[in-house]
Amino acid sequence: MSAATSTRQRLGRRAVNTVAGLGLLYVFLPIIVIVVFSFNDPVGKFNIEWQGFTLKHWADPFAEPELTRALWVSLRIAAVATVCATVLGSLIAVSLSRYDFRGRNGVNLFLVIPLTAPEIVLGSSLATLFIDRGVDFGYTTVIIAHIGFQVSFVAVTVRARIRGFDWTLEHAAMDLGATPMRAFWSITFPLILPGIAAAALLSFALSIDDFIITFFNAGSLLTFPLQIFGASRVKIPPQINVLATMLLMVSVSLMALGAAFGARRRKRHGVVAG
Amino acid sequence: MGAPPAVTRKPDAVGLGVMTGLGVGMVALGAGWVSGPWAVLVAVAMLTVLVLLVWAGVGGGLEVRRAIAPYGLLKPGILWLSLFFLAPLWTMAVMSLSSKKSRFDFFPSFTWDWSNYSRALTDFAPQFGRSFLYAGIATVLTICIGYPLAYAVAFRGGRLRNVLMGLIVVPFFTSYLIRTLAWGNLLADAGPVVAALEAIRLDGPLNWLGIMDNGRLLNTPTAVIGGLTYNFLPFMVLPLYVSLEKIDPRLVDAAQDLYSSAAGAFRKVVLPLSLPGVFAGSLLVFIPAAGDFVNAQFLGNPGTTMIGNSIQDQFLRQLNYPLASAMSFVLMIIISVAVLLYSRYLDTEDLV
Repeated sequence: MSAATSTRQRLGRRAVNTVAGLGLLYVFLPIIVIVVFSFNDPVGKFNIEWQGFTLKHWADPFAEPELTRALWVSLRIAAVATVCATVLGSLIAVSLSRYDFRGRNGVNLFLVIPLTAPEIVLGSSLATLFIDRGVDFGYTTVIIAHIGFQVSFVAVTVRARIRGFDWTLEHAAMDLGATPMRAFWSITFPLILPGIAAAALLSFALSIDDFIITFFNAGSLLTFPLQIFGASRVKIPPQINVLATMLLMVSVSLMALGAAFGARRRKRHGVVAG
Repeated sequence: MGAPPAVTRKPDAVGLGVMTGLGVGMVALGAGWVSGPWAVLVAVAMLTVLVLLVWAGVGGGLEVRRAIAPYGLLKPGILWLSLFFLAPLWTMAVMSLSSKKSRFDFFPSFTWDWSNYSRALTDFAPQFGRSFLYAGIATVLTICIGYPLAYAVAFRGGRLRNVLMGLIVVPFFTSYLIRTLAWGNLLADAGPVVAALEAIRLDGPLNWLGIMDNGRLLNTPTAVIGGLTYNFLPFMVLPLYVSLEKIDPRLVDAAQDLYSSAAGAFRKVVLPLSLPGVFAGSLLVFIPAAGDFVNAQFLGNPGTTMIGNSIQDQFLRQLNYPLASAMSFVLMIIISVAVLLYSRYLDTEDLV
C-alpha cells in the first residue's frame, strides 16, 4: 500500500499522529504542574501561583506530620486490604477460568456489578450497613470497604490474564505422578503468579488512591486522600506535591520492573501465561 | 466413608445450591433479617452445611470433588461480597423507606415512607440533570480524545505499543485529588490556560459560546466537565485500545485493495470492529462520572453541584440517611437501566 499512498492519505496520517501527540501532552499536563509546583516556594497557604524555585520541600518531604501520618495510614490499609482481596479474588479467577460449572455466567455478572456501580452508591450503602449494625468507623471499616471493591477487580483482572492458560499442564504433571496439590503449587501457581502480582499491584494503587468509598466509611480516620481533601480548604503545602511525585516514581518503577520481568520470563519459558 | 447419595448424583447442583444458600445466609445475617438467638442458629446451620459439604467432597470420588471444587474456590469471595455488597444494598433500600418517628429519635425506623423518593426526585432534580448532562458530555469528549490516542498506539505504535500505553496510563497513578487540584492550578484566573486563550484572542468567542464565564474557566461548568473528562480518560482509552489492537491491519489493506478510500476503510472496517470498545469505555466513563463529586467540589461553583455532592452532603453533614439512601438508589436504578440497555450489545466478559 506504500506505493499508492497519496498526499491526502499522508496528510490524514500526519493529522492522526498530531492529534495523538496532543492527547499525550494533555494527559501529562497536570503531572507537569504537580512536579513543577513541588519546587515552588509559595508565600501564602496555597500552592497555586509560581513564586520561586526551591529545593527545601524535597529536602524535607515529611515536614508536615499530618500528611505523613495519613500516608502511613493509607499504606497500612492498602497492604492489609490488598493481601486479603488478592487471595479471595484469585481463587474466584482460578475457579472461573479453569472450570466450566453451573451458574458460571451468574457469578460473572455478580462480579461485574460492583465494578460498574457508582462508587458513591457502594460507599454510602456500606456506611448505612455499618451505622445500622452499630459498627464504629475506623481502620476495620475502611479495610472492609477496600477489600469489597478490590475483590471484584482482582478477580476480573486475574481472569483476563490467565484466560489463555493451558490447564492440561496440570494433568500432565498428575499423569507423571504428582498429587493435585503438588501439581498446582509447582506447575500452575508459578505460571499464573505474574498475573496475580500485576492485579495485586494495581489494586494496591486503587486502595491508596480511593477517595469516595473511603470518605463514607472512615469516620475520623484520615487516609492520604482524605487528608488532602480536608487540607484543600485550609492550606495546600508543597509537600503534597513532593509526596505525590514520589508515589508516582515508585509506581512507575514498579511498572517498569514488572514489564522487564515479564519480558524476560516470556523469553526464557516461551509460555504466554500472564 | 462414602458421600451422601444426593451429593454423588448431582454434585454440581448441590455445590451451586450450597453456595447460593450460604450467600443468602450472609445477607440475612448482615442485613439483620434475623437477630439474637436466631442469628446464632442461622450461623450454626451455615457452618454445618459447609462442614457436610467438605465431608462429602473428601468422602466422594474424584468426580464429586471436581464438580464441587469450583464452588469451594468461589465461596470465600462470593460470601464476602454477599455480606459487604448485597447486604448493604438491602439495608440501603430499607433505609430509603424509613423516617424518624419523632424529632427526638436519633435513628430512623422503617415506615414505608416513600416521601424520601419524591423529595429525591423533585428537590434534587437539577443535580440529577446536571450529573447526567456533565457525565454525558464528558463521555463524548473522552471518545473524541481517547479514540485518536488508542488508534495511533494500536496502528502506528509498532514495537513501542506497550511503552506508549504505559505512558498514557502513568499519569493516572498520581493521586486523583492531587490531579484535580493541579487542574485547578492550570485553569486558575492567573493560570496558563486562561493566559494562552487570551493571547490568541479566543476568550471573546469562548465567552460568547458560554464555555468561559467572563473570562474565567475555574469554577465554571466547563472546568467540571473538563476535570471529569481528564480523570476518566484512561477508562476510555484502555478498552478502546483492546478492541482496536485486535483488528488485523490487513483488513484495512484488503479494503483499500478493493478501492476503498482510507476514510471509507476506516468507516466500514475499523470503526464497526472497535464499537465494543467504545461501548465498554462509555460505560466505564459515564458511571463513575455521574456519581463523582470531587471535580464539582474542586473545579465548580455552588451552581454546578452534582448528585454526588448532594448525597455526600445529606449523608455526612445533614445526617439525613433516608434521603441520602433514596438518592443513591435512584442514581443506581437510572444507571442500571442504562447498563442493561448497553449490555444488550455487550458481552460482560469483555467489559473490563
